[in-house]
Amino acid sequence: MFRLTIARTWFLLVLLTGLTFALGEGGYFGHGALAPVLLVLGFSGIKGLLVILEYLEMRKAPALWRWLLVGWLGLVLSLIVLAYWIAL
Amino acid sequence: MPSSLSPAPASPCSATGNPTGAVSAHRAEVPRLRGDLGVWLVILLELLTFAILFVSYAFARTREVELFNASQATLNLHTGALNTVLLISGSACVAASVQAMRRNARSACARWLLAALVCGSGFVGIKLWEYADKLAEGVDLSTNTFYMFYLLLTGFHFLHVLVGLLALAWLWLRTRRGAYDRTDCHALETGAAFWHMVDLLWIVLFPLVYVMR
Repeated sequence: MFRLTIARTWFLLVLLTGLTFALGEGGYFGHGALAPVLLVLGFSGIKGLLVILEYLEMRKAPALWRWLLVGWLGLVLSLIVLAYWIAL
Repeated sequence: MPSSLSPAPASPCSATGNPTGAVSAHRAEVPRLRGDLGVWLVILLELLTFAILFVSYAFARTREVELFNASQATLNLHTGALNTVLLISGSACVAASVQAMRRNARSACARWLLAALVCGSGFVGIKLWEYADKLAEGVDLSTNTFYMFYLLLTGFHFLHVLVGLLALAWLWLRTRRGAYDRTDCHALETGAAFWHMVDLLWIVLFPLVYVMR
């Protein structure tokens, strides 16, 4: 059961990496649009959550630790969005 | 106290907190941090340090958008993506190794650790090739602000990958020698936590430095 979860998580991570790569290769960036930035950081957010909850097993950890890591991810990604929005 | 009244000591490894699996619903749900508390505090410190670097990069970019975009275009997106897949796969292998040890499957645990070592070594090889390529182009810390951040962020992360690989190699050797079992895999969980942190950092670093313009 656990190995299935690990495999599913790996598949989702690779899929989201492929989508991030495709957006980068497709030339969607650099036209003064925030949408591709939000999309790619959204993918990173999902990937980060998968690593935190499944691989780091934060789902079974004390809530304080879980929220510290999830909060770190949310704060970092939000500040990056803010910086890219300012740069538009 | 009679043994029938005293609860069995919780295993530091088993997912349920008891190697026999015969646990009450309450015990099965007791939250537990996987790995050593000291290393987890180091992990928090590393996450904080990288957060400052990531945000500094993003805000430094607001002052020199064209320079950042032009310099970023010289990076190899293919190797960046391939390295992401290698780290993700390494993390999956490490997670599988811990699960294997919780089933007392030592050989499988060692094989998963070896697979993680191969993935991590692949990352190191590709990164060294990428650095050699940039050095040949004359890129260094003083070239411009983008490359300063590129070398600082990826170089600092690279050092963490090397430390993680050393830890995994040590865990692999110890596993092969039968040092761990389902009731004692605290060291494995600690090494795994560090490796997953390295993966988590790259998940933010890759789109930031290689993809988004």
